[in-house]
Amino acid sequence: MVTDDLVVAVRPSGRRTRITTRFVTQHTRRRRHTPATWLRGGGLSALVFALPAIFVFGWFSWLPIVKSVVMSFQKTNLIVTTWVGLANFHRVLADPLLPIAIRNTLWFALLALVFGFPVPLVAAVLMSEVRRWKGLYSVLAYLPVVIPPVVAVLLWKFFYTPGPRGVFNQLLGSVHLGPVLWLQDKAIVMPALVLEATWAAAGGTIIIYLAALTSVPAELYDAAEVDGASVWGKVWHVTMPHLRGVLFVTFILQILATAQVFNEPYLFTGGGPSNRTLTVLLLIYNYAFGTSLGGRYGEATALSVMLAVVLAILSVLYFRLTRRWSTS
Amino acid sequence: MSTTTHAPWPTTSTAPAAPATRRRRTSPASDLASRTAISEVEWRRPAVRRPWRAMHVVLLVLLVVAAIGPLALLLKFAVTPTQDILRTPLALFPHGVKWSNVTEAWNRVHISRYFVNSLIAAAGCWASQVLVATSAGYVLSVLRPRWAQLLNAAILCTLFVPAVVLLVPLYLVALHPPLIGVSLVNTFWGVWLPAGASAFNVVLMTRFFDNLPREIFEAARVDGAGPFRVFWSMVLPMSRPILGVVSVFAVIASWKDFLWPMLVLRNPNMQPLAVRLPSLQASTDLGVLMAAMAIAALLPVVMFLVFQRTFLSSAGMGGAVKG
Repeated sequence: MVTDDLVVAVRPSGRRTRITTRFVTQHTRRRRHTPATWLRGGGLSALVFALPAIFVFGWFSWLPIVKSVVMSFQKTNLIVTTWVGLANFHRVLADPLLPIAIRNTLWFALLALVFGFPVPLVAAVLMSEVRRWKGLYSVLAYLPVVIPPVVAVLLWKFFYTPGPRGVFNQLLGSVHLGPVLWLQDKAIVMPALVLEATWAAAGGTIIIYLAALTSVPAELYDAAEVDGASVWGKVWHVTMPHLRGVLFVTFILQILATAQVFNEPYLFTGGGPSNRTLTVLLLIYNYAFGTSLGGRYGEATALSVMLAVVLAILSVLYFRLTRRWSTS
Repeated sequence: MSTTTHAPWPTTSTAPAAPATRRRRTSPASDLASRTAISEVEWRRPAVRRPWRAMHVVLLVLLVVAAIGPLALLLKFAVTPTQDILRTPLALFPHGVKWSNVTEAWNRVHISRYFVNSLIAAAGCWASQVLVATSAGYVLSVLRPRWAQLLNAAILCTLFVPAVVLLVPLYLVALHPPLIGVSLVNTFWGVWLPAGASAFNVVLMTRFFDNLPREIFEAARVDGAGPFRVFWSMVLPMSRPILGVVSVFAVIASWKDFLWPMLVLRNPNMQPLAVRLPSLQASTDLGVLMAAMAIAALLPVVMFLVFQRTFLSSAGMGGAVKG
């Protein structure tokens, strides 16, 4: 006779205790693995439920990952594929456009930090003290995030119209400045792109900071008050140290995001003027799909792999920190 | 959602059990903080309250200018004659309103078709993301076969590979998918299926399912309910709040997506609105283009205003788990 016996096994997993229940047969202390027991134990249905994930991740995540590594050592015109060893990497590294693209991407990242780091932080600290209509502040801050990037970029492109009648030039003109050439000026074009990108993304960062601000333990503020701390003292010595983890997370998220920036340079300028906004991702795109070069898939994947290694290191760092941060 | 936003998963065990009834809160942020840096006693002191009030007013004005300003200009341009947009972009209708911009965009520039394409793309992305995330989460959290750890690791790995890096190989897979044999280029499947491969969604679902009371599933199993029945009648209804989060983000992400649909949907008649707008730029009257852009921005903005609580509480979660 086989009787099903409910065994409750408690095992610590992470910080919480998971309770797993399992049907075991009394006869056999150790479960035998035959196709029949597997089938009866729900093995087939588990597989059926896993199929969508296995299919989708298999074809569109795992396969491209493997393919990107393989393809970076190959040359292909979609019909004939040959192994070329490290030639793709050599050719990419010898491309005079690569240092320009790296410099532009770093410049974009630096500007994005200068524009996009302090503003959301100050806004979030101020917003956390709002006593009335707090929701309104959050809604307003997040509104630009939901606007499709294409619409935002095309709209801002119109705002950046170079003549004295451009929207921004009119605003500057009212305080007797400008007109500025914005997207045609080699020095101004990148800050102009970053300004739009920051406008589009700052709301998300503000909401992340706001969420983090609510996790500051009330006792810390109470204790600071007992010690006679002023409001600014509390903000500086209690709030800020508590935000350190989140600040690092958003810092890395922002670097990851800027390394992958495509919409802004592609739609605003197409990489110009004189390659001043050519980013690494735009270079990858141009290798693979650009009309002038076109179809250089090997070089495109070689550069992608190099970018991926850099970003993966950052992602691992980020993932570890969020783990620690979210459990603290 | 009754969960605290600083944690990536629901921290209270009651959270998933009674999600639909928790509707009393008005603002997503105010209910979370027990207190902030300024105490109520300090807030009553004018020396503290007045400067902070002033800063709040300044901040509100800046937020209105930054958030509403460009949108309001876009809406104004949408019904302004092109000559006025070009000559006096900041003036308020010096030569009257031109409603025909909108109708012309909708009918003559075929924005209606691209709008429907966007809807089709978004609906399919939503379906594939919800299907993959719920079924995978169910396997990883509830069914837990022996190979669940392996599957979990394989899915988590993809979090570390930025999607954009896979652009070229993914395109070549879509062009000649192995074993499927039919090219996905110029089919909506090419947009829908890759959208499903979101490790972020699976993590979100698994963590939510982990917090559902396991005893109920056991009881149902003892009563003779199979895995499909448990999934359909118990797990899915219980996970309504997290399904809302995944759904809202799936639709918005699909609506905003530009690069991937541009690569996969080469046929202009199939392209969604976001892909089509830049190509219309050169050939379309500016006023009509602005009307088309306003139409493209309408759906996400309305969705955000309707589901703002879901948006804001899950945007806070985005800081904790995000690919």
